[in-house]
Amino acid sequence: MDFMPVLLWSDVLIWLLVLASVAFGALSSRNPLWRGAWRRIGRSRAGMASATVLLVFVAVGLLDSLHYRPRLAEEPGQGAAAAVYGVEVLSVLDALLTPLRTRTEKTYSAPLATRAYAKEAVDVRDADGQPRQIRDHPRLKYGGAHLGADEGGRDADIGERVLRACGLALALWSAVAAAFTVAMARARGCSPAQAWRRIWCNESDFAGNAVLGALAGLLLLNLPLALLAGDYHVFGTDKVGQDVFYQVLKSVRTALVIGLVTTLVTLPLSIVLGVLAGYFRGWVDDLIQYLYTTLSSIPGVLLIAAAVLMMQVLIDTHPQWFTTAAERADLRLLALCFILGLTSWTSLCRLLRGETMKLRELEYIQAAQSFGVADLRIIARHILPNLMHIVIIALVMDFSSMVLTEAVLSYIDIGVDPTMISFGTMINNARMELAREPAVWWSLLAAFAFMFTLVLAANLLADAVRDAFDPRLAGAA
Amino acid sequence: MLAYIVRRLFYALPILLGVNLLTFALFFVVNTPDDMARMQLGVKRVTPEAIAKWKADRGYDKPLFVNAAASGSGVLTETIFFGKSARMFAGDFGRAEDGRDIAREIASRMGPSLAIALPNFAIGLLVTVSFALLLTFFRATYLDFWGVVLCVAMMSISTLFYIIGGQYLVSKVWRLVPISGYGGGVEAWKFVILPVAIGVVAGIGSSARWYRTIFIEEIGKDYVRTARAKGLAEAAVLFRHVLRNAMIPILTGVVVVIPLLFMGSLLSESFFGIPGLGSYTIDAIKAQDFAVVRAMVFIGSVLYIAGLILTDISYTFVDPRIRFH
Amino acid sequence: MPFLRLVFLSLLLLTACGSEQNDPYPLGERGGNILYAAFTERPKHLDPVQSYSEDEIAFTAQIYEPPLQYHYLRRPYALVPATGETVPVARYYDAQGRELPADAPAASIASSVYEIRLRPGIRYQPHPAFAVDDAGHPWYDRLDREQLRGIDKVADFAKTGSRELLADDYIYQIKRLAHPRLHSPIFSLMAERIVGLRELGATLRTAAKTLPADGWLDLDRFQLPGVTRVDSHTYRIVLHGKYPQFAYWLAMPFFAPVPREVDRFYSQPGMAEKNLTLDWYPVGTGPFMLTENNPNSRMVLERNPNFHGESYPCDGEAGDRAAGLLDDCGKALPFIDKAVYSREKESIPYWNKFLQGYYDASGISSDSYDQAVRLGVGGDVQLTDEMREKGIRLLTSVRPSIFYQGFNMLDPVVGGLSESATKLRQAVSIAIDQEEFISIFMNGRGIAANSPLPPGIFGFVDGEAGINPVVYDWVDGQARRKPIEVAKKLLAEAGWPNGRNARSGEPLVLYLDTTGGGMGDKSRLDWLTRQFAKLDIQLVVRSTDYNRFQNKVRKGAVQLFYMGWNADYPDPENFLFLLAGSEGKVATGGENGANYVNPEFDRLFEQMKNMESSGPRGAERLAIIRQAVAVLQRDAPWIYGFHPKNYTLGHVWLHNRKPTDMGNNTLKYQRIDVAARQESRQAWNRPVLWPLAAMAAGLLLLVLPAAVGYRRRERGTAR
Repeated sequence: MDFMPVLLWSDVLIWLLVLASVAFGALSSRNPLWRGAWRRIGRSRAGMASATVLLVFVAVGLLDSLHYRPRLAEEPGQGAAAAVYGVEVLSVLDALLTPLRTRTEKTYSAPLATRAYAKEAVDVRDADGQPRQIRDHPRLKYGGAHLGADEGGRDADIGERVLRACGLALALWSAVAAAFTVAMARARGCSPAQAWRRIWCNESDFAGNAVLGALAGLLLLNLPLALLAGDYHVFGTDKVGQDVFYQVLKSVRTALVIGLVTTLVTLPLSIVLGVLAGYFRGWVDDLIQYLYTTLSSIPGVLLIAAAVLMMQVLIDTHPQWFTTAAERADLRLLALCFILGLTSWTSLCRLLRGETMKLRELEYIQAAQSFGVADLRIIARHILPNLMHIVIIALVMDFSSMVLTEAVLSYIDIGVDPTMISFGTMINNARMELAREPAVWWSLLAAFAFMFTLVLAANLLADAVRDAFDPRLAGAA
Repeated sequence: MLAYIVRRLFYALPILLGVNLLTFALFFVVNTPDDMARMQLGVKRVTPEAIAKWKADRGYDKPLFVNAAASGSGVLTETIFFGKSARMFAGDFGRAEDGRDIAREIASRMGPSLAIALPNFAIGLLVTVSFALLLTFFRATYLDFWGVVLCVAMMSISTLFYIIGGQYLVSKVWRLVPISGYGGGVEAWKFVILPVAIGVVAGIGSSARWYRTIFIEEIGKDYVRTARAKGLAEAAVLFRHVLRNAMIPILTGVVVVIPLLFMGSLLSESFFGIPGLGSYTIDAIKAQDFAVVRAMVFIGSVLYIAGLILTDISYTFVDPRIRFH
Repeated sequence: MPFLRLVFLSLLLLTACGSEQNDPYPLGERGGNILYAAFTERPKHLDPVQSYSEDEIAFTAQIYEPPLQYHYLRRPYALVPATGETVPVARYYDAQGRELPADAPAASIASSVYEIRLRPGIRYQPHPAFAVDDAGHPWYDRLDREQLRGIDKVADFAKTGSRELLADDYIYQIKRLAHPRLHSPIFSLMAERIVGLRELGATLRTAAKTLPADGWLDLDRFQLPGVTRVDSHTYRIVLHGKYPQFAYWLAMPFFAPVPREVDRFYSQPGMAEKNLTLDWYPVGTGPFMLTENNPNSRMVLERNPNFHGESYPCDGEAGDRAAGLLDDCGKALPFIDKAVYSREKESIPYWNKFLQGYYDASGISSDSYDQAVRLGVGGDVQLTDEMREKGIRLLTSVRPSIFYQGFNMLDPVVGGLSESATKLRQAVSIAIDQEEFISIFMNGRGIAANSPLPPGIFGFVDGEAGINPVVYDWVDGQARRKPIEVAKKLLAEAGWPNGRNARSGEPLVLYLDTTGGGMGDKSRLDWLTRQFAKLDIQLVVRSTDYNRFQNKVRKGAVQLFYMGWNADYPDPENFLFLLAGSEGKVATGGENGANYVNPEFDRLFEQMKNMESSGPRGAERLAIIRQAVAVLQRDAPWIYGFHPKNYTLGHVWLHNRKPTDMGNNTLKYQRIDVAARQESRQAWNRPVLWPLAAMAAGLLLLVLPAAVGYRRRERGTAR
């Protein structure tokens, strides 16, 4: 084998999460109440458009969650020794982006530039063969290298590529739209033309126009990027010459892990404790209330900082646990998720406790209790299903705030491992670059654009989900 | 009422004890007293004797929680935990590991923190509530729709961007206010204005949207319809009825944070070089100054509990039907 | 809307004040003869017994006066008297107490004696501890908590006084080095040297146990046999053996005077709670005194009215005259009235404020480097045109420091003096391209090191003779790093051809420990990984927090590690001891983190340690140092990284600046042209007002449709 698959802990969790959400989707489609909620989301245009955008982010994240270690080239004289694998852990995304990953310049270069951003002393030879030093922007090693000496042709080249990409995008989009329309027509039993009109006039119960619109936007933005990224640094390069585009793509996974795994940690804790406290009252309630009041009364940052430092010590004192630096960084990421989860379960817990208290006063539950139905059964059959909408809303609402929190934590050095690319570490580095003169703005802007899109999409989807699931809002919206 | 407050205060004790225990456990898993000594004594020429001396000097030469060597109650009292906690409950925070009096330091840093946090809080509340009322007034029009979109967009931007961008434009490019720093007295306004403005803008998105939801929910209720039927102007309905009745959910979220304003804002203080409590806390964590971290956590929890009590009390002012027993 | 009102209000204020809206200082200070500077780390200790870090010495050096100081202009660094009359010359005695000649062999010297004579008439800054009533009795010596009510800083005491500097004050301070409640970083070092200091420490410890927690330990009750008072203005220090570096210590604040009454004053009950301590309010005879101490934002030094007077030096290095450094020859010091230090934790605001003229001088962080400096033809540094237009001047100097990567010599893979391990270390030393590191991460602000000794330190050799023959070749009159093939060959000889174990085929994985955090860390580590990849070595970087890192080094649980060292004094002993076997980190807890032990080097080190660099035996010392350095270069226990260069920028109105890394009492030499500064600040800080107008217009645009809509709606409901 040319590679050895590596299963990082966060990969395991991410894929489990994918499985779980598929299973949940299948299960919930059987429940009429839930089906209605899903349909409401399907009808929400903002929700569906942002879901489309989010899917792209998730796809990038998932590609980045399949890890392996490449095999080192065999030494000629070594014979048939056991295969040796490098210590560098790569992902499928890395493999796809190999040109971006490996084509590093010496230092800063602006987006789409062919020359470095700063002047440097360059050795040139005069006409008479004398070596001489001049100061100039040196030519980049990779950025626009295919142009050769014809640097003036850059704009034309870029324009041509963009045009080509747009054409391609249009073609692709038409194909998808046509397929969608035909499928729609089949399902409804109407002509494609009618289906087409229905989609665009918002007459179906699925916001197809939003999905198609978002898709068009995505294609029009991403295809030019993809076509240009091969030969240029579309978002420039950072201080050590790494491609910024590559870095933002890598950041996506970190953000997703932080946003999703953290909520995964909070859920069991807050559900179990919240329901127990609300249902049993008495000393159980007192104890759980004590626990979460104590935890939430400690300023969050302090608690997180202390916990992160502690985890850091644990990692540092057990280097034998990790064979690669990636595993170390990964564990630190996971630990950060757990810490964030442990410090943020309290609010959801309080919410669930209150709701459970309300529910248990309802007549049919009182009746079930007086019939002697076991408490656990009541909880499982009657209470939990009625809490689910709160849980789902909390889940989607927390996602974006977690992504934002990561950036802040990385700024005060208690975030992810410094070797791990994340929006936080990118912003942290870019902050310094802005103070340069002329300012290096592209890292910050790229991180901003991607993070903004991700969080905005997540927020919009969260709104749609809340509107769909919240029984109070369900009628109003 | 008074009895209620006293009872709540009484409940606070075990919480504070728990908080203290937790900080202790967390911190000393991270740090041994040796580490602290080394950190404080500096880099060059640190000898084992110097460390032993430092620890003995500050009472870190005892066991953490249980002193097996001592007899009687000394098993629990002759420990670092007891020695350090007992005095804190008496309101004596002791001295930081670098020898400075913590209470004094906190007192001197409170001013700058409040100078940022109070205006930020007050103006922020005013702006967001008026914005939310405006959106509610125009509900179900294009103004409302774009207002909400604006809110969502604004809350999707990391605070870091607001601060970095604001500082870059206003201070560096336009040279309107000093880039960073803090000065007391009348001239403090020029240091305060930018962090406050940024804080307000950064907070508009999420709060305004939240208030709007509350208002909209309230406006659907019967009494509002009645009020309108009476022929009251829409603005009057909003201010006199909706705002008043939406007070309870707003207060729940707002009053809790009032005492915590003392803790300062971590990010703006560190970006704008304001010598407040937020940067004090972060510095202490970075310097592993346990005494300060513990004191700040303690104060933070006390303020939080005070905030909870304050919330309950404020309910009675808004809604006279609420009584405590 | 309140926000709108805020904008209008600020607009009003702005137009009222005109220029310099962004002046971070109070209006009242404008036009004063005040120097503005910044500090990043808050000073922890200002007590001369404890302060050791650079941030602290920047203040203490202006306030306290040890007997000696470094000459401001002369290079190599030379000691000149400060409060002393002359630079003391050691007298040597053998075990029987007979005086020996100056060139006696070090082994025969049992003790050396330094006698310091103070200049008469030097007086302390005004301070309440010196206030006396008519009977000559101290005014504030029986304070209690009640009387201290309402007093928060030293300036709140109504009465102050002063008195003459006496030899007793110096003796008192040397005794304080052994004080059980203070933690002097040099106590154990000095306890080995100064006769009786260790014993004094033990005595004081037992004495302190009987005292109440806030009781005063009167050091005059205890004798220190090694330090004696000859007369009111003369004292004598006796050292064990020979220690020619001692004179350098006499130029550090550790040996500054602390009067007994000041110590007594600050130890009264209730003082410490109010931060009324020597750590917070230092008392000295120097040109400045600390009048405001708010280490979170602002420290202010003001001219000491009782300063004994000193004049600007009239001789210096070649080139000083041309640089205008001798223009103020003979004028009375200090020139400035006040120095305001503001705390700047972040480099961005620091740099921007400097450019706006609000700091008189600034370092250059690597992020602002491009903007400030460019490399000229032939590698010399010049300011960019933009900086030169502003009249900014650049000062450079190589600091007496070294940054290195150490190998842990106890490690089974990279450690030991075996030939294979040595070759492995040599290969790595070649592969890590320090020149590239300096150019990428330091913007060329450093020079690659050939040995532990930086330029300016006795024993440093420039040119071909000075290169590290393991790493460099001498080609065309300059040092050139050996090609990577040489390193590969060495690695193969070490038993790791192409980074694989010759026998098992396993890849060579090395572990580097660093302290994490901070800017650009990730890119630095990426770069380093690439350097090792050149040899097909897999590098695993383990970054930890500072304490953990120290702990690992102490236990020898590292393989490769980053470290640095700043000189205490300009003597090669201060660098070479970092590799002495007797300083082994694991073995003795010393400063030799690499745990390098080579008997040959240790022998040479012991030999050179106690020799003088000047005088008849200087050449001999140099020869021994060269031998020792050659051993180090061959064994390669460190990858000699680089000696950083200091680049500082100064505005045109700041005069008499010369880079110095040893003497820190430089504030008194600085002069400011206040009028020029005022003019430039005004020109550079015209505010840009249109964005405010635009913002107001934008808000109006937002409010207008809302208002229109409102009226329409109101009318709608009314109807």
